[in-house]
Amino acid sequence: MNFTEKLKMEWLGNIRGDILAGIVVALALIPEAIAFSIIAGLDPIVGLYASFCICIVIAFIGGRPGMISAATGAMALVMITLVADHGLEYLLAATILTGLIQLIFGVFKLASIMKFIPRSVMIGFVNALAILIFTSQLQHFVDETWIMYALVALTLVIIYVLPRFTKAVPSTLVAIIVVTALAIFMNAGVRTVGDMGNLPQTLPMFALPNIPLTFETVRIILPYSLALAIVGLLESLLTASIVDDMTDTDSDKNKESRGQGIANMITGCFGGMAGCAMIGQSVINVKSGGRGRLSALVAGSVLMFLILVLGSIVVQIPMAALAGVMIMVSIGTFDWHSLRNLHRVPRTDAIVMIVTVATVVYTHDLSKGVLAGVVLSAIFFAVKISKVKVEAVMEEAESVKIYRVKGQLFFASVTDFLASFHFNDEVKRVIIDVSEAHLWDDSAVGAMDKLQAKFEQKGVEVSIRGLNKESSRLMERIGGLSKASGH
Amino acid sequence: MFSHLLLATDGSEHSHRAADKAIELASLSTDASIEIIYVVDGNTSKSDVLHYGDSQMASRKREEMLSVFKEKIEQAGIPARVTILHGIPAETIIEYANHHPFDCLIVGSRGRSRVQTMILGSVSHKVIKHVNLPVLMVK
Repeated sequence: MNFTEKLKMEWLGNIRGDILAGIVVALALIPEAIAFSIIAGLDPIVGLYASFCICIVIAFIGGRPGMISAATGAMALVMITLVADHGLEYLLAATILTGLIQLIFGVFKLASIMKFIPRSVMIGFVNALAILIFTSQLQHFVDETWIMYALVALTLVIIYVLPRFTKAVPSTLVAIIVVTALAIFMNAGVRTVGDMGNLPQTLPMFALPNIPLTFETVRIILPYSLALAIVGLLESLLTASIVDDMTDTDSDKNKESRGQGIANMITGCFGGMAGCAMIGQSVINVKSGGRGRLSALVAGSVLMFLILVLGSIVVQIPMAALAGVMIMVSIGTFDWHSLRNLHRVPRTDAIVMIVTVATVVYTHDLSKGVLAGVVLSAIFFAVKISKVKVEAVMEEAESVKIYRVKGQLFFASVTDFLASFHFNDEVKRVIIDVSEAHLWDDSAVGAMDKLQAKFEQKGVEVSIRGLNKESSRLMERIGGLSKASGH
Repeated sequence: MFSHLLLATDGSEHSHRAADKAIELASLSTDASIEIIYVVDGNTSKSDVLHYGDSQMASRKREEMLSVFKEKIEQAGIPARVTILHGIPAETIIEYANHHPFDCLIVGSRGRSRVQTMILGSVSHKVIKHVNLPVLMVK
């Protein structure tokens, strides 16, 4: 398939399915975009502008057709303190910088770095995300009457039970309409979206963030931008893999990273918050028949159109309905599978997952949780792999001793390795059999040298047997050096 | 008479019981064959990609899981084939069964609780209702 054919296929290969799915996604996006803005402490319009911009930009330049990107909970959670301490303008600047970092990541084709993030960390990441989305809703229940609880319960019942009877309309939309209508007619006096901030019915306008361009500004926004870039790419590339799997097709992860970067840079210039791909919305899109780039374009356009036309109704949506939707989102995000299998997976994997979740819940920063999980996995891995087995066998009437070494010799394992040798044995010759071992670094070669030196001191002849090719090359290179320098 | 069998599976204990019954049924005719069908839906994709890293690994794990069924059937001397499809389970099974010349569809029933069925629906019930061929539901 040549370039134009591929482009045509991605845009026009599935027109009907893409348009229908795009509309469904737009309707599902509105409450989420508003709720995520409120989580971040912003006016609802910031998340809506972001969803509009990101969705449309990604439609053109994303690497995974059929995937939906917009304002997300993961990103909103990272930016809370920046917004609280410094305000919207700094967030917009951070959003542009986030995009730049992601663009660089994509240009240097670093998507393969993702494989260094252990799966238990990824599972911890989504579980922590689900927990934070849930806890972020609890503030809406403070000082509320039973009406709030009843409306949230009603929202959830409609969301979960309606699909049993009809799948023609998205159940979240029906839930929001019913609960909003109920709140208006009952004159219940519950808090609404309008109470949480402004919702101007205007298209986003281009404007660079109004902040001083100083080193101090960079110092403030850089840590947030880094965290946002990491979190955004993590969720985007995970989502891309999920869409790959759902549609049984492949995608370009580096192109997606570049696309996410450019989308965030543009969003920041149009007054939107940083966003990334959304697992839930992408699954809805594919399930509704969306496969091509057109569905994201339709989703973004319809979303903006609805806000322009229906803005005055949208502000009357009770927070109870949004809280219900967010509880549904958090239940859908959580990987329940990992909880059921917690006792079955290796102990260390379970610990890594729990530590990742605990770190996020404690610090409220997803990127710190990922970092803690990765570091802990690395430590567990080093401990596991640094177990070296040394077997000693006597041969030929007590004069020759053979040590059989099994395992990986490197900086973390050499201490235990050296401790397994007995230098005071009354033997003439020692054979070190390393045919089931591998020498990895300087420390390993140093340990071998040390062994030889110590045995020779006692007048014992030492020979090394069964070095594999790589290990012997390493020995020659480093060992040769150290010998030449007189050690 | 029941020679071309379609066995719908989700890899669970119940679908192993269904596989046993499919083998019994197939043993009754001389030229029987069994096609094993497995449907990957959005939630399966999400959970499998999370647990196995990427789509390729997830596919390999699924093939491994289904090869257990395939070997079991082949050990009974019946030719078997595995088909993996993507979509909403009930609808995809119905579509596939109705558009291919099978004599019988065998499904396991998971035995969900009443509340779970209320929310999630029952794949086997839906399939039985809309498939145009004899269905053997194994409890």
